[in-house]
Amino acid sequence: MSLDYKIIVGLEIHVQLATKTKMFCGCELAYGHAPNTRVCPVCIGMPGALPVLNKAAVEFGILTGLALNCDIARFTKWDRKSYYYPDLPKNYQISQYDLPITENGYLDILLDDGTTKKIRIRRAHLEEDAGKNVHTFGNYSGVDLNRSCTPLLEIVTEPDMNSPAEVRLAAQELQRIVRYLGVSEADMQKGHMRFEPNVNLHITRGGQVFKTPITEVKNLNSFRAIERSIAYEVNRQLDEFLTTGKTMQMGNKSTYGWDDVNQQTVLQREKEEAHDYRYFPDPDLVPVVVSDQWLEEIKARLCELPLAIQKRFVGDYGLSDYDAQVLTGEKATGVLFDAAVRCGGDPKRVCNLLTQTGLKLANERQTTVDALGVSPEHLAVLAKMTDEGQISATSAAVIFEEMTRSGGDPAQIAEAKNLIQKSDTGEIEALVEQVLAENAQAVQDAKDNPKKAKKALGFLTGQVIQKSKGQANPKLVSQVLNQRLASLP
Amino acid sequence: MSLQIDRKMVERVAVLSRLELSESEIAQFSAQLSDIVGYIEKINVLDTEQVEPLAHCLPVQNVFREDVPQPSLSNEQALANAPDQTDGYFIVPKILDDNSGA
Amino acid sequence: MSERLTALELRNAIAAKKLSSVEAVRDCLGRIEKYDPTLGAYISTFAEKALRDAEAIDKKIAAGQPVGLLAGVPVAVKDNMCTAFGPTTCGSKMLEHFHAPYDAHVIEQLLAADAVIIGKTNLDEFAMGSSTETSPLRKTVNPWDNARVAGGSSGGSAAAVAAGLCAAALGSDTGGSIRQPASFCGITGLKPTYGRVSRYGLVTYGSSFDQIGSLTRDVADAALMMNVIAGHDRRDSTSVAETLAPKIDYLADLNRPLDGLRIAYVPELHPGADPAVRKAFEDSMAVYRSLGAEPVEVTMPHYPYAIATYYVIATAEASSNLARFDGVHYGYRSGAADDYVEVYTKSRSEAFGAEVKRRIMLGTFALSSGYYDAYYLKALKVRTLIRRDFIAAFEKADCLMLPVSPTTAFKIGEKTDDPLKMYLADVYTIAVNLAGLPGMSVPCGFDENNLPIGLQIITDAFTEDKLLRIAQMYQNATDWHKRSPLL
Repeated sequence: MSLDYKIIVGLEIHVQLATKTKMFCGCELAYGHAPNTRVCPVCIGMPGALPVLNKAAVEFGILTGLALNCDIARFTKWDRKSYYYPDLPKNYQISQYDLPITENGYLDILLDDGTTKKIRIRRAHLEEDAGKNVHTFGNYSGVDLNRSCTPLLEIVTEPDMNSPAEVRLAAQELQRIVRYLGVSEADMQKGHMRFEPNVNLHITRGGQVFKTPITEVKNLNSFRAIERSIAYEVNRQLDEFLTTGKTMQMGNKSTYGWDDVNQQTVLQREKEEAHDYRYFPDPDLVPVVVSDQWLEEIKARLCELPLAIQKRFVGDYGLSDYDAQVLTGEKATGVLFDAAVRCGGDPKRVCNLLTQTGLKLANERQTTVDALGVSPEHLAVLAKMTDEGQISATSAAVIFEEMTRSGGDPAQIAEAKNLIQKSDTGEIEALVEQVLAENAQAVQDAKDNPKKAKKALGFLTGQVIQKSKGQANPKLVSQVLNQRLASLP
Repeated sequence: MSLQIDRKMVERVAVLSRLELSESEIAQFSAQLSDIVGYIEKINVLDTEQVEPLAHCLPVQNVFREDVPQPSLSNEQALANAPDQTDGYFIVPKILDDNSGA
Repeated sequence: MSERLTALELRNAIAAKKLSSVEAVRDCLGRIEKYDPTLGAYISTFAEKALRDAEAIDKKIAAGQPVGLLAGVPVAVKDNMCTAFGPTTCGSKMLEHFHAPYDAHVIEQLLAADAVIIGKTNLDEFAMGSSTETSPLRKTVNPWDNARVAGGSSGGSAAAVAAGLCAAALGSDTGGSIRQPASFCGITGLKPTYGRVSRYGLVTYGSSFDQIGSLTRDVADAALMMNVIAGHDRRDSTSVAETLAPKIDYLADLNRPLDGLRIAYVPELHPGADPAVRKAFEDSMAVYRSLGAEPVEVTMPHYPYAIATYYVIATAEASSNLARFDGVHYGYRSGAADDYVEVYTKSRSEAFGAEVKRRIMLGTFALSSGYYDAYYLKALKVRTLIRRDFIAAFEKADCLMLPVSPTTAFKIGEKTDDPLKMYLADVYTIAVNLAGLPGMSVPCGFDENNLPIGLQIITDAFTEDKLLRIAQMYQNATDWHKRSPLL
């Protein structure tokens, strides 16, 4: 019997906002400090302590909503979500239940075939994070509340993704967007972004459509884990359907975790547990009303978004999709690229310099390209020197690295390091004469043996460059060589 | 007809409230809460179809903090009231099912 | 000797060096030592610290330095306000040994006004009650009759002021917890408008109702206390900005009577009260009439639904507010807990008393899936209707007057077995909290058992100045507030 299936995935994403302080208290948001040293009565949930809302968190939420083409709520409020857990000191989380700060938007992703797909955003709401439980105390667990009360934006998409790759692309696009907006560092290793895909299949068999039970995969924090866990779930659900015929029912959504070691999803909860969060408006907080003026102020902080920039780099500069994507991976890279091109650098050449050398150096130094200390003007000069043959591509990399150290002018560095290629025809002609004289066999092959001509020519060129101590412009050398060979009897 | 807060209901609410009730407490609360809920149900005679809920009497909105760090407590102060602590952490018996409700 | 002075008189005497703060504090501590074993007003006292503080203030005065509004005056605070000194117990085994790492806003204000905080007073556990009987830490009795309750939940503060164990005290009022004990103990109680006084550091019971106020000998002291504690605080999002409700000097105009005062009253609500209470109320109205006031009969059709509404919303908030007491980060932890879930269930079950458990369960029920709309949401809508009744009344009158409580102080243990009966005793006070309005209780007579009766005066939001002036008109014409119990 023929069997066809469609993968259906929706995504929930928790994004940690890059405010300086926590969502409802003045404790500094900081990573990697000793436990319980960035805490106060509010984020420990001490008796009598009251929350006061961080304005920046609201603005970051709105800014993200605008970037995701969402409607911004003009009236929103705070609700308490009740559940008991040691890392949740008040045993309720301040969140937004029925009036999220923003909803009804979409995210564009660029598929591998070059087409753009819209992933609809259902809503994005603000909430506080919990602390952390650590399990290094034998029969006990430790609770660290440094993370407690950290602002999060929870983004929920519609189930619009139909392959593991699409989910990964959406996750990556979101990461790029929040970084561009500056609303999150989105560092996966620090848990700044946590993903929870909801996966099921629509299986067509014998003209009938069967929907498999939805599974939610909790707390994924790498793009690889997203792609692999969904691929795994697809196979698992298909197998399960073929063996049991089980289909989606009310309440048979289950929760899985991702076991990275064994590369498989692991069942955590069979059924939607009888969670009763008892949401109700937080009476310690007052509503937020977003005026036209405030909204305009926040709109003014929007920037050109990465996918648009990526498409512009392809369209305007003729870069490949791949190169354009690499250049827009981080906002700083694209900005530097744009600026260098405006200073007269050839787009392709500037792109190569940035992607092959700049990003490598930035990565090694764990920083961004703009922090390497290379100005767009110098970058454009470096590109031009390479294009004009004044320096070799290899030398360009060396000069780039030196520019990051001294901040100096590429021409001066090339000069100082003796990397300017010899373009003095006289000098090169002399060297060519010398080489021709020393390699009679190769000269003969180059001239008369069609089978060996190419190899021989390469050999002779190499000999000349060697004699020039690598400073002869290869283009010029082969030009002179060819002329000279042609003139031989 | 008013709602009976029966044993099952008391037990369900006790679980949500993280309270462990004795047999006699269950019986007592069942009776008392039934009484109280029965009394409360008098509000059902009021027509509130067109009435907006009032969560807060205040004419106040948009109360914000600026995003400026304030001093935190020291670790000693934070843990001064902790029933159990080690190495700067609050300590509880081992948490086995480490997945929060969030 | 100093115990008969009001806080204002005492402050002026101390500032004028007629009496030292040390003497006043010593008097006070002596009386506490003598009477508090019987009265049970205090959970903790700070004799050493109080004397030290008094000495420092005396020195300041001797050196001619400016001193605060409560310079050297011994005051008490209800033990649900956090202090960085001494424990903050909330009258609960849960917090019996809890030491807050910070001072509540009102504590800062008292200290800034050079008050001497002499101790922290007993209350119903977590302020849930009307009799100060539910605290496992102390039992407070009424100074007028030790077989009777002091009222609650600020019963400790009321008893302490009535018995001269402090010059003035702070309490908190969620459903009548200042006004009712003030009435039972024959003193003056003021619950300000919701949002007038910062709740920062007040251990929360019902967030949208709780308000800190004063228990004092007379209206002038209530005005004085307002001068100290009212005002905006950035740490409480529900504290109202100065632009909306400017802080004023409540003493400045206090003795200026209101011309053409119109007093709303609700005859349909009176039959529920004892005859002595009704008579005292009618006598008070006669006093006001003699002062030129005009009574205006109004209806408050939704007043009878206030208790039901309150017990849904306040307990819903409480069930969430008290979730934090779980034995993990502070407070009581059961020694019998074998896993982390038992840390919650056993700690809470062992440390909370029956009334607290009952209210947590009721509130949890009202918010739980399947019941939210029928109970919690419905109650929020009725709250709107109750508030509208007040708005309508204030269109016709400057204030509303009602009894504070249908009875005078009842016997200890009389209502502890029947929680609903206890709740119904708050019939006159609770609606005021639902509407967030300011309300006062002033002594207006005694019943046949020589138990004090209180008159309740309510005005529109953020008009405490008017409220105080109306109350002062009455106290200038009567002397009920000058009587004190024989200890």
